[in-house]
Amino acid sequence: MAEQAQATDTGPRPIVPWLKLAPKPHLEGIKCACGAIYLDPKRVACSKCGEADKFSPLTLSDKGKVYVFSVVHQSYPGIKTPYVTAIVDLPEGISVRANLTDVDPEQAQKEPNKIFNLPVELVTGVAAKDREGHDVIAFSYRPSKN
Amino acid sequence: MRNVYVLGTGMIKFGRYPDKTVPQLGGAAALLALKDAGILIKDVEMFACGNLQQSNAMVGQRILQQIGQTGIPVINVANACATGSTAFREAYMSVAAGMYDIAMAVGVEQMGKAGLLGGAGGGGDPAYLTEGKVGSGTMPAVFGQAGIEHMRKYGTKMEHFAKISVKSHKHATKNPFSQYRNEVSLEDVMNARMVAYPNTLYMCCPTGDGAAAAILVSEDKLKQLAGGRKRAKVAASVLTSDPWTDRDLTLPDVSTLTRRASKQAYEKAGIGPKDIALTELHDCFATAELVHYENLGLCGDGEAGKFIDEKGGVHPSLGGKSPVNVSGGLLSKGHPLGATGVANICEVVWHLTQDDRAKERQVPNAKAGQAHVIGLGSACTIHILTV
Repeated sequence: MAEQAQATDTGPRPIVPWLKLAPKPHLEGIKCACGAIYLDPKRVACSKCGEADKFSPLTLSDKGKVYVFSVVHQSYPGIKTPYVTAIVDLPEGISVRANLTDVDPEQAQKEPNKIFNLPVELVTGVAAKDREGHDVIAFSYRPSKN
Repeated sequence: MRNVYVLGTGMIKFGRYPDKTVPQLGGAAALLALKDAGILIKDVEMFACGNLQQSNAMVGQRILQQIGQTGIPVINVANACATGSTAFREAYMSVAAGMYDIAMAVGVEQMGKAGLLGGAGGGGDPAYLTEGKVGSGTMPAVFGQAGIEHMRKYGTKMEHFAKISVKSHKHATKNPFSQYRNEVSLEDVMNARMVAYPNTLYMCCPTGDGAAAAILVSEDKLKQLAGGRKRAKVAASVLTSDPWTDRDLTLPDVSTLTRRASKQAYEKAGIGPKDIALTELHDCFATAELVHYENLGLCGDGEAGKFIDEKGGVHPSLGGKSPVNVSGGLLSKGHPLGATGVANICEVVWHLTQDDRAKERQVPNAKAGQAHVIGLGSACTIHILTV
């Protein structure tokens, strides 16, 4: 029965386990008692302090600021270039890697200073369709609208 | 720990050898090193072999199957781009510890035209591959961001990175072992095809094939075998891994582990950056070289842009007070992953011993030099050699 239930489920799936789609798309991390925050919920222990059992779940903000970026002009077959990749600092104290959308790559290269500290917000979209027909949802960041 | 010396070195010109195998490339470099040392393979008591992309394929043993199966202990080492230098360190430690008197290290890689590295891979459904969908893990993008971090902190410009490429390409014209030996102008570098901002094509190291080897010996063996020839001492051999830092798991932090290694290396050698006559550092990208100027203490924090800007004085070019990558660096000499760490040590040794192989680019009066390698993931080695 379980198999059958799975087969009929064609709903969207997140590209990485720390992207949660409900109730609205957001990132879910884990926080160690020492303060270190991680995305992968299955990690063995804290690589900052070494403790294994001091994690608690942490819902991460959908807003952050760009730390650094690059504009990728050469990539693997099937990946459209140029695009902006960025490291985004979230207010909780963790950095996330993602694409930066709604930013002109050429302009970013001309005026990199305008990208540093740029306030951004999380957005999601369909990135691919998997072998079972599920839409695969990826997240990126765009300049904050408010 | 005992003093350890480099009795012999060997290197084949970096380039592309589609008609050779990895053991043949490594074997060729090993024979050159044995000849330079004036010994035979039967004299070698221990062998550490560095190769990354065939690290499951017993490359060390297969090299001995090409040049002499003497039955000695062989270890195969993989440590990303620090593979060769880690193999060198294993050989160094085995002699320093007193286990053996003569050890050999070989670094070898055959990449061909590999193109981009990093960011791809993983099994399962390709729909879940994140590259390009959730940022980039390709090496040009990762190291581009390391440079951009410097821009953010200190106002460094793209021209600063580009000048490094101009400098290293010029150096390479004097190195017959270099994969590329063409000069490029600042305009050439700035206007070349962008790979990942701010690194244009000439600010990215090529992929290719290569091999380098070194014979390490104890002081007693040196006295027996050197025959009065000047030989370099391994004054420091340091290996670090990436300690926990805030963004390391998101954007690999190539600076902190280098700074730790550098501090340890200077302390062990009992010298400082001002005593270093030449530095071979890990310029996989021009952006990487710039941040390592500061990480290795060649200039102060925030001063790397000024360092590459200045004419004469402490400039990192041949003829300056602190020449960096006079071999042409990874940018021009090439970066066959496993070979790089041993090749960098060969370059430093050649300058310290006035070896003919560095004749055209000899750094005058070189008494101490260092070779630095970063393997992303991350490993950092620094070897300081002295005469």
